[in-house]
Amino acid sequence: MNRRAFLKATGTGLMASAFPISLVKLAFGGQDPSRDFTFGYISDAHIQQIKGTQFVRNWDMGLIRAVREANLLTPRPDFFMFGGDLAQLGKKEELDHGLEIMSNLRGKVRYVIGEHDYYLDLGKYWQDKISPLYYSFDHKGVHFVVLNSILTYHKWTYETWPSPMDRMLAMARLDNPQGSPFMVGDQQIAWLKKDLAKINQNTPVVVFSHSPIQKIFKPWNFWTQDAEKVQALLKPFEKATVIYGHVHQIQYNQIGNITFQAVMATAWPWPYPETYSQSASCLPKITVPMNRADPFFERDATGWQFVDMNSGKTAMHYQLPDNPNRTVIFDAATGKPKDVKYQDYIRRIPPQTHF
Amino acid sequence: MRNSKFSKSACLAALIGLGFLAISFSIQADDFSEADLKRWNQEFMSVVMAGEKLFHSADLGTNKVSCDQCHPNAANTHPETYPKFQQQIGRVITLSEMVNWCIRNPLEGEPLLLDDPKMVALLSYITYERRSVPLAPGKH
Repeated sequence: MNRRAFLKATGTGLMASAFPISLVKLAFGGQDPSRDFTFGYISDAHIQQIKGTQFVRNWDMGLIRAVREANLLTPRPDFFMFGGDLAQLGKKEELDHGLEIMSNLRGKVRYVIGEHDYYLDLGKYWQDKISPLYYSFDHKGVHFVVLNSILTYHKWTYETWPSPMDRMLAMARLDNPQGSPFMVGDQQIAWLKKDLAKINQNTPVVVFSHSPIQKIFKPWNFWTQDAEKVQALLKPFEKATVIYGHVHQIQYNQIGNITFQAVMATAWPWPYPETYSQSASCLPKITVPMNRADPFFERDATGWQFVDMNSGKTAMHYQLPDNPNRTVIFDAATGKPKDVKYQDYIRRIPPQTHF
Repeated sequence: MRNSKFSKSACLAALIGLGFLAISFSIQADDFSEADLKRWNQEFMSVVMAGEKLFHSADLGTNKVSCDQCHPNAANTHPETYPKFQQQIGRVITLSEMVNWCIRNPLEGEPLLLDDPKMVALLSYITYERRSVPLAPGKH
């Protein structure tokens, strides 16, 4: 199925409205259309318990809407990814409630862990009930890797906080000056090296992580401390893509052969780091920001996108509520992704200016 | 007569007294020390810190949601642009009104009086995190 046919198929009925999920399409340049497939991506739900059976309505509604609308996708995605931060404070109640909502999703779901899921019990309940913390799988000729990229220093994790909930609260606060940078860690990097060693370098590789495997803004952990080590392992592959959550906003970048794409949150959007005037940031220069969020519309600055990987290069299609849709293609001439409409500064619109 | 003399001298004394008062006021107002500056800054920063706590508190509203969940470091609050025409409300409002909008809606809480020490603390923190950015009232 080509992209036009896919758009036509997905552009009907309720799909015409904007969905807070990401549908990803992997295509193989028409070489073997039977191998084309799609997968959906839902991320950053931040299900938050108030007390007992009460949960924050706003965040519940974001995930409920994503699941309902994902169930209407045609053609059916081969599988779904959840990109991390199912819970706000890693509590069993929050994870259970999130899983209950996710259980309505028709199709196989695989999970990436986020820091909000991890730092209460260091992933114990997650591994018991949901998923391993890192793993890989193959699907129709593509090698997928799921990383746990939200680890940090041993001392911060084990020797700093009086209780597990103190540790969780410290990591849950994005702007915490007592926070600690995310990292993949040497043990997992050794595993990744071994995992990728058996993969042919012509095989497209897609890495799912919660944090960006690149360095954008350390104070909010839009950052992975050992990103370069992971990037080095992806370097031999002709077609490498990293898809990440955590940042709750549109970001895209190209570092060497690796294309980076962020997914939207179902819960709430985050400001771009450059809007914090007291600290310098390194938002990828090629990213044309999403429109500034309207707080009066709860689901604004959430959205969904699908990725078209023709010839193994990503093209991202963003479907955004109350905003014109966005398309970011891979520009073979420059070797970088570019927004087909807004990439030139003179073509940008006032809401894309964040300050 | 006596009364009038008394009142004249009373007036004179009052005037002299006022003069002294004025002189002593002007001395106090102009003549402050490094220690004063330090104390005033400490007073201000203690309110900023109280604001930082409230801004990150799960108890400002009723649903455990805190301001920083959407506004890390109070980013995207644009204090320098207020008062401005808030198009969703349809009139010119101050930052305090927008703070109360957030407390009412995402935080599902009760709005604060505009001179509530909590409101003063929140505004102090939000503005402090935006220090050195030029005023731009009305900007969008």
